[in-house]
Amino acid sequence: MTGIGLFAGHQYQIAFVLLVGVGLYTMIDAKNLVKKVIGLNIFQVGLFLFLVSSGYLAGAGPAIIDGEGRYVNPLPHVLILTAIVVGVSLTALALALIIRVYDEYGTLDEEHIQEVMDGD
Amino acid sequence: MTDALLGVVIALPVIASVVPLVASFWREEIGWYVAVVALVLNAVLIGSVVRSFVSGGILSHEVGGVAVPYGIELALDGLSAPVLVVIAVVSVGTLAYTRTAGPRSNSFYSGYLLLTAGLVGVTVTADVFNLYVFIEITGLGAYALIASGGDGRSAYAALKYLLVGTVGASLYLIGIAYAFVATGTLNMADLSARLADVGYGDTIVLASFAFIIAGLGVKVALFPLHTWQPDAYSASPYGVAGYVSALVSTVAAYALGRVILTVYTPGFLTANPVVSSGLIYFGALSIVAGSVLAVLQTDVRRLLAYSSVSQFGLIVAGFGIGNTASVFGSVVHLFGHAVMKGALFLTAGIIAYRFGVTRLDEYAGVARRVPYAGAAFAVLALSLVGVPPAIGFVGKWYVALGAVRAGETAVAVVIFASTLLTLMYVARLLDRMYYGEATEAVADGGGGTRVTRGMVALVVLASVAVVALGPSASAVQETLALGEVLGG
Repeated sequence: MTGIGLFAGHQYQIAFVLLVGVGLYTMIDAKNLVKKVIGLNIFQVGLFLFLVSSGYLAGAGPAIIDGEGRYVNPLPHVLILTAIVVGVSLTALALALIIRVYDEYGTLDEEHIQEVMDGD
Repeated sequence: MTDALLGVVIALPVIASVVPLVASFWREEIGWYVAVVALVLNAVLIGSVVRSFVSGGILSHEVGGVAVPYGIELALDGLSAPVLVVIAVVSVGTLAYTRTAGPRSNSFYSGYLLLTAGLVGVTVTADVFNLYVFIEITGLGAYALIASGGDGRSAYAALKYLLVGTVGASLYLIGIAYAFVATGTLNMADLSARLADVGYGDTIVLASFAFIIAGLGVKVALFPLHTWQPDAYSASPYGVAGYVSALVSTVAAYALGRVILTVYTPGFLTANPVVSSGLIYFGALSIVAGSVLAVLQTDVRRLLAYSSVSQFGLIVAGFGIGNTASVFGSVVHLFGHAVMKGALFLTAGIIAYRFGVTRLDEYAGVARRVPYAGAAFAVLALSLVGVPPAIGFVGKWYVALGAVRAGETAVAVVIFASTLLTLMYVARLLDRMYYGEATEAVADGGGGTRVTRGMVALVVLASVAVVALGPSASAVQETLALGEVLGG
């Protein structure tokens, strides 16, 4: 018994790795601050997918218990709802900060901002 | 023992954090009063729960009456009690400082209270997912506070911290997800037992551990994951830098210790010697790199930030060694570092507000102009070096002692070498402060008006505390009963 995760189809895990990879790559490679935040969101969505899929059970119904039957594990869904709320708050704060950075420097390009800051 | 107050100490600052924002409709600058009332009350409640821990042993509480392991458990033991105390003390102390030094907006104090709630939550939770949520609340509060400097530089530093910090927290969540897939549980005690059943050598268990360490390593700001930290500390107002530097990395390091010691347990480290040495040398690398980078700095705030990288390396190495002496050393150092580093930033703030100087070479002759703040800075900095009998010495001593007992002599050597490096940058700074030729800004007495006697009294009090707490620190070893936490 190594856990419920093994019951899930591997397509979810593959999507998880791809999304996390794409997200991280965007965060590192993009010079535009908004694109970095988009990368962060992709990264987090990949992670959410992994957790949600860990509760999946082939042929099972949603966990509204009415007698016999196989049900998916509802716990990961609850966790992900919380994690999504956290992610949305972080995105909102990040965008608010980006607005302030743009007001100050007139650009969203990381390298330009760094140049202006070094020039101070 | 159960204690519902464990939930109250988290809920109180959360609820209070809404008040300043709502009050903004009627009055400006009322947030400080709300924060003082809420946090003094919270400190009293924390005092009460810590007292019942000291008299009655480990406390726990099932939130909402939902039975563990399905419900969320809050707990207080020898590892978390000192951290909880330092949060209570520093959160009230920093308020005394920001009264005049600012920031003074209502929204700032909403963030301050939210951050405090997150810090308390990380410290008392006994559920790994709940820990993630509180780490993110702490993060949100810290990002908002760092951006409160009002200029573009602080917003940019906060954004950088946000991007890196969120990736760190997400890596931690991946680790949790792996552990959950392997065991199907999130409660720390339950998870610990089931991880042992799965087997400490299992790939998924090892992978989850690696993700958790990497994720929390970002939050703690261990080398080479520290890059957000110097910018964040040097771009924020001094009151914020003091509070964030004192507590945010501290609770992250506490969380790291909690996961290593009570979820994965020292048994996991013994079963995987490669992981355990990896962890210890990760810490040791941070000790050396942090000290070396600190020596190279020309700005006092960046120097203090890099010194934190080194000190947290010590704490993590202590957790990684995992015997009673080294863990006790780490806990003492968590407490001591929070007081020392927080107060050092606040003292640097006093000097900056008075004279407008922030660079090392501009500090020349400062201590002669502000004798009390200067003396406090000197005492705190020497405690940071580890001069006995101050508390900075006690933490280092026990970590080194634990290292020698565990046969990790190399770590003890690294600690000693980094002490010399710390002495190097501290002595250079103190020499300049006391004997340097004062620059014009310092010689004419400075024009700053934001320094009050209360601010100076606060840092002097902190410097007295770090010396006075040193000799008594060893006495609490029995009360904390860390052997119980380590499962021994």
